[in-house]
Amino acid sequence: MVNEWLPVFIFMIIMSVVVFVILAGTAFIGPKRPNPVKLSPYECGVEPVGEPRTRFSIKFYMIAMLFIIFDLEVIFFYPWAVVFKRFLSGSSFILIEMLIFVGILLVGYVYAWKKGALEWQ
Amino acid sequence: MDLIIPQINFSAIAPALTVMITAVVVLLIGLFFQKVQRELLAIVGIIGLIVSLGELGRMWGKDITGFGGMVGNDNFTIAFQMIFIIAAFLAALLSLNRIEDEYVSYGEFYGLLLFALSGIIVMVQGLNLLIVFLGLEILSISLYILTGFRKMRADSIEAALKYFLLGAFSTGFLLYGIALIYGTTGSFSFKGISSYVNANGFTNVLFVAGIILFLVGLAFKAAFVPFHQWTPDVYQGAPTPIAAFMSVGAKGAAFAVLIRLFVSVAAFSTREWTIAIWVLALLTMTIGNVVAIVQQNIKRMLAYSSIAHAGYILVGVLAGNEMGRSAVLFYLMAYTFMNLGAFGVVSYLGISHKVENLRIESYRGIGYKYPFAALAMAVFMFSLAGVPPTAGFIGKFYLFSAALKAGFVWLVILSVLNAVISAYYYLRVVVAMYMQEPEEGKVFELPAASWGVGLALLLAVLGVLYMGIFPSSLMQLFQKTAELISML
Repeated sequence: MVNEWLPVFIFMIIMSVVVFVILAGTAFIGPKRPNPVKLSPYECGVEPVGEPRTRFSIKFYMIAMLFIIFDLEVIFFYPWAVVFKRFLSGSSFILIEMLIFVGILLVGYVYAWKKGALEWQ
Repeated sequence: MDLIIPQINFSAIAPALTVMITAVVVLLIGLFFQKVQRELLAIVGIIGLIVSLGELGRMWGKDITGFGGMVGNDNFTIAFQMIFIIAAFLAALLSLNRIEDEYVSYGEFYGLLLFALSGIIVMVQGLNLLIVFLGLEILSISLYILTGFRKMRADSIEAALKYFLLGAFSTGFLLYGIALIYGTTGSFSFKGISSYVNANGFTNVLFVAGIILFLVGLAFKAAFVPFHQWTPDVYQGAPTPIAAFMSVGAKGAAFAVLIRLFVSVAAFSTREWTIAIWVLALLTMTIGNVVAIVQQNIKRMLAYSSIAHAGYILVGVLAGNEMGRSAVLFYLMAYTFMNLGAFGVVSYLGISHKVENLRIESYRGIGYKYPFAALAMAVFMFSLAGVPPTAGFIGKFYLFSAALKAGFVWLVILSVLNAVISAYYYLRVVVAMYMQEPEEGKVFELPAASWGVGLALLLAVLGVLYMGIFPSSLMQLFQKTAELISML
């Protein structure tokens, strides 16, 4: 099945071969004279002061998670607010829908609050 | 520019809405009243389940659609939904077991169980691939959390992580499939896909790739071989009632979607697809049964057995006639009773003296010490093996005769051979319970069964026997529903 995407396919193959050849070439041909300074991780030219992998408090994740949820809520509000006035004539459907939406999020908020996810100790 | 509000019909999703609202209520009760008995939470959840069963009964025969044709309830989907609600009902009762009390927060437990059920209902109702995906995600995310609910235990966490990583990966397959299908057909609905296939057949490679990826995603959820690797680890680590619910709910929902796809796209009965599903069914049941033989842990054995049963059900799907579809419904109903029952006994016998009690050897001699639990277990094992007069026998009979009618003689022969293999490892449990001496120096002491477990096991035994002895009324009902897959 020769079609207009064939050049892309050929390009992908050539690309893979070139990348492989370059990486393999440096690994085989390049001189290897390691010393401790070379092997240490690069931190802006300054001498490293600690392990790069440290454990973070789970509170950061909690805050990030809650932030995403309530941020999305605000994003949904924007288009709603833009068309709100045009829709409101005749029926209150759009208002009730948004109240239900906020109600669901409110349950989530109350849950997070009561569970102590918002406390930082 | 005028904006049009789409036709929304909330009564079309009333059962799912009821289950979701109940889930939120249970969650909040558990949150605000920390001291509340878990029996109360379970009862609130069960009331919600009964209400949504009533709503399904009200919708029976009415073909209610909603959300601009994205959601629809014909009798076939209503029957599926009822089966899953019964499964959730039994799982909620089973989790009242005294030894399943290491979950810490029961509000979340029952809330998530109900959320998983609502996801299944949405998935089964969906006439649109996006709705199916939405339901699948609600189901999967709830199950990921429930799997890791015994969070102080390493095996539970391991199971949850495995299930999450593999599940997320397979969801990616499914979504990619949906994207390719949409890209080629320009439609998310089963109706649109059907008319596309009628016009063009399977000529477009991208479309075929999309369908295959979609099927791979579903096959992962239903644990068909070779997408089954996660099953034993996850069932072993998950709380036992949740493993039971997963084996019926997540599998059955995938089957419902599979049947809807096959019914709406008639061209799936062409030779190539038939061969593919033929091989899938045979592989699934054979590998499930053969590997189950060597299992020492009863939960792992039941996990492999559930893989094998998915293979049997796939035979009914492959038959592709009305009888096959009604047989799938019947078998799923029977499987709900026998598998939840078997897991229920495992959960009841699970711990004595704070020692895990999940090896098949440790069931030796139980038949005389705990006659009721052992009798129930024996009934479930006979039913799973397919011995008359139990539901498992009649279900297999219907499935295989539907496949015979459709002309799959060799597959039926191989399936029956598989059922014979399976009898070995099911009867091994019965033999251990009744015909072997207890292990040396092992005293088996159990707390008295709570009313929830007793009720659930009683219902499951009655269900298995009723469906085995008087199958005709239920089968006629299912046959009527299978004729009426009207909404495509």
